[in-house]
Amino acid sequence: MTSQLQFVRLLQGPQTLGRGPLFWGATGVALLAAVAYPLLADGYTVGNTVYFFTWAFMALGLCVVWGYGGTLSFGQTAFFGLSGYTYGVLTLNFGAAYGFTLVALLASLVFSAAFAAVLGYFLYFGRISGVFLGIVTLSVTLVFERFMAQTAGPEWHIGIARLNGYNGMNGMPPLTLPWFGGSIVLFPDVGLYYLVLALLVLTYLGLRILVNSKFGNVLVAIRENPERAEMLGYDVRKYQLGAFVIGAVLAGLSGTLYTAWGQYITPSSMSITAAALPIVWVAVGGRGDLTATLIGTLAVLSAFQALTIYGSQYALVVMGVLLVTTVLIAPAGLIVTFAKFVARMRRGRKEPA
Amino acid sequence: MSILETRGLNKHFGGLHVTADVDLALEEGEIHCLIGPNGAGKSTLFRLILGEHTPSSGSIIYAGEEITALKSFQRIRRGMSVKFQVPGIFKALSARQNLEIALQHHLEGGSLNAEADRLLAFLNLSEVGAQLAGNLSHGQKQWLEIGMAISLKPKLLLLDEPTAGMSPTETYATGEIVKTLNAGGVTILAVEHDMSFVRQVARRVTVLHLGRIFTQGTIDEVVADERVAAIYLGHGHA
Repeated sequence: MTSQLQFVRLLQGPQTLGRGPLFWGATGVALLAAVAYPLLADGYTVGNTVYFFTWAFMALGLCVVWGYGGTLSFGQTAFFGLSGYTYGVLTLNFGAAYGFTLVALLASLVFSAAFAAVLGYFLYFGRISGVFLGIVTLSVTLVFERFMAQTAGPEWHIGIARLNGYNGMNGMPPLTLPWFGGSIVLFPDVGLYYLVLALLVLTYLGLRILVNSKFGNVLVAIRENPERAEMLGYDVRKYQLGAFVIGAVLAGLSGTLYTAWGQYITPSSMSITAAALPIVWVAVGGRGDLTATLIGTLAVLSAFQALTIYGSQYALVVMGVLLVTTVLIAPAGLIVTFAKFVARMRRGRKEPA
Repeated sequence: MSILETRGLNKHFGGLHVTADVDLALEEGEIHCLIGPNGAGKSTLFRLILGEHTPSSGSIIYAGEEITALKSFQRIRRGMSVKFQVPGIFKALSARQNLEIALQHHLEGGSLNAEADRLLAFLNLSEVGAQLAGNLSHGQKQWLEIGMAISLKPKLLLLDEPTAGMSPTETYATGEIVKTLNAGGVTILAVEHDMSFVRQVARRVTVLHLGRIFTQGTIDEVVADERVAAIYLGHGHA
């Protein structure tokens, strides 16, 4: 009984908005709708929805690093690209048999985690903070982009995988599950949809538990007042590094799923435009809350794609305006601000002043 | 036995000597007040003891262990705790959560909840436990931070102007809180300007002036010392 209570407290603890039967009922309905969706839509549209979902992991990771941990990383796309390229190089070389794509997926995440651990060590243990952390992480993703962009020549290859410069790599196999009587190839339609949806639900719930755990409490404490957190006996640097690695793994997961989805990855996925977009998604919904980040990211991505029909530059300008408007009107994010407003209204009705 | 000892502690920023050859010994179980005019080096001495500044020379011994090279969080884990002058609380979290984050070091589940309740009651904060810490009154913020500091069950508690900005009633209540803690075995070192508070709690007083220990004694001895009055009035520089 006590352990059940503890579990519920972790799922809907103080660090996350959304609790009670109404919230979980709505979440259940949304999940049912998401599960039923492929039955109602055609394969292409389902594949397109998977595309939206793949980005959500990077956004949730940034939410943990920035919204909960208080350090703005401008370079989550570095891990996106690193994992994407790792998946490409491994699967082009070793193929998809015997479930190797899953090994490649895991290896791509380990790569990003290891790189983030080294980079994060120098950042956090070197006491680099604030805007400088943003500048360093942005520089890293831009260095990656520039480096990969100049790998067009035939001498740039790893095994049989050509890096192909600005055109990027393509032709890597999609995720393939080994199964009795033949593998299941997850082309970007219903199969991949359910896998990515399941991963997204697990990530979302897992992160809710994480931010409401002891680790999450300390992370939020560091965001609020790092000196006080240290003077409560917490090694601030370790917690920040932990959050950074988690954010990197999730950005890497986005990159690998994206690469497996489209069977290509290019250096532009690590460009300054690509690096700025996750910040817009997370800031607009509300960086301080996982649910707001998730809903905001999917909403902004859908709007962005709808706008690109009228021209991609035009859509980017709208993204910029959206970010500036959010920062000026509702710095905590549109969804978070709205949710707090609704909560105040409901409290106000219950206990009239 | 001394719980804390500084030996020849020096700190200079460029040519400015903020603390000079400070030898301070704190007896286990005492309440010791550190007074002195502005710029005497009290806050710097605190920051040296806490590891926020590295001394230019000299050493710090805590419970028989040399801790001069340890990081702040390592000193805290050895049983030190601090309440800052400007309340260092987590403003966007509830008062109760502030305490929980401090308590989760050594407690969890039901016993953590019970201890949080007990502390809120002890600090007269039961009514406002659910409120955001940033919305508390100044005095309540000070108490909340004392609560966070004692949540760690420290052996040595450092208080930097614990009554700054408090009304006389609040100051008195704070003094009683400090005395209760001390009766429970906590050694206390406090920087304080409010002489009524010092008189209420302290057995020994150290006067710092221009980074050096100027004199030590009971509150009555120190107050009776004409030289101490002189430095407070600004005549003691000669």
